[in-house]
Amino acid sequence: MKCSEFLQELTNYLDGVLDERTKSELEDHLAWCHNCYVVCDTTKKTIEIYRDSQLYELPEDLRTRLRSAIVSKCHQHKKTGPRSV
Amino acid sequence: MSTIQPRVGEPVSDELVLVQAAKRGDVAAFEELVRRYDRNVFRIAQHITQNREDAEDVVQDAFLKAFQNLEQFQGQSKFYTWLVRIAVNEALMKLRRRRPERTVSLDEEVKTEDDSLPREVADWSPNPEQQYSQAELREILTRTIQGLPPGFRTVFVLRDVEGLSTEETAEALDLSIPAVKSRLLRARLQLRERLSRFFQRRESGDGNK
Repeated sequence: MKCSEFLQELTNYLDGVLDERTKSELEDHLAWCHNCYVVCDTTKKTIEIYRDSQLYELPEDLRTRLRSAIVSKCHQHKKTGPRSV
Repeated sequence: MSTIQPRVGEPVSDELVLVQAAKRGDVAAFEELVRRYDRNVFRIAQHITQNREDAEDVVQDAFLKAFQNLEQFQGQSKFYTWLVRIAVNEALMKLRRRRPERTVSLDEEVKTEDDSLPREVADWSPNPEQQYSQAELREILTRTIQGLPPGFRTVFVLRDVEGLSTEETAEALDLSIPAVKSRLLRARLQLRERLSRFFQRRESGDGNK
């Protein structure tokens, strides 16, 4: 397997959706190609860092405010029909 | 090397019951759905619009639109996927309104596939995020993801941050599965490349900045 072929399969590999044969070819490649190993490892870390980052968490007070606004608009929609909201 | 595990689990089994009740006009049932997904919708909206006020508006507009159009939800997909589709459309409308000139921050979008090829292959520190304070890390991650074109950013956020499957992401964004996979690969590689600048292993004694 060439590095470019490895790269094409990287997303499928990280997502665990490769068939056994391709997965094993890819892991053979990783065993000797340090660059691809680093790219694979740091891509995985990139995903994990973002997943754990808690960017843009919704603060509880804002959450409550938004929810009451939504609920009140839903009640209004029920009362007055679709065109009036 | 192990694979990535999704963050969002299977939908709670009573969800369809809540949706059915909300369809009959039960606002309390709908409120429970809001409670389940408001954080997700807010995150997605802020990632797309990059603006806090717009994200607040998107949360309200998306849920209200969902309530008004519940009849159209046929239950073939998950409620969450259907809701995300509405939220993404609302967020993109906000983004377009705020940045009508289509070229804003989209210079990467006209680049070729080659721009996703790795150039930086230095290994990272074992715990790269610990090199920075929480505030610094947040700033690095925010600026880095904001630098991606919206189309890549959105796919990455839905797949890798919110844990939607490839199929659900395709459905929510009205894209083909190959298009989702291609954008996801490029988004992941571009983020990796940009983060390498901050996280690579330092050779000398200045390891902690």
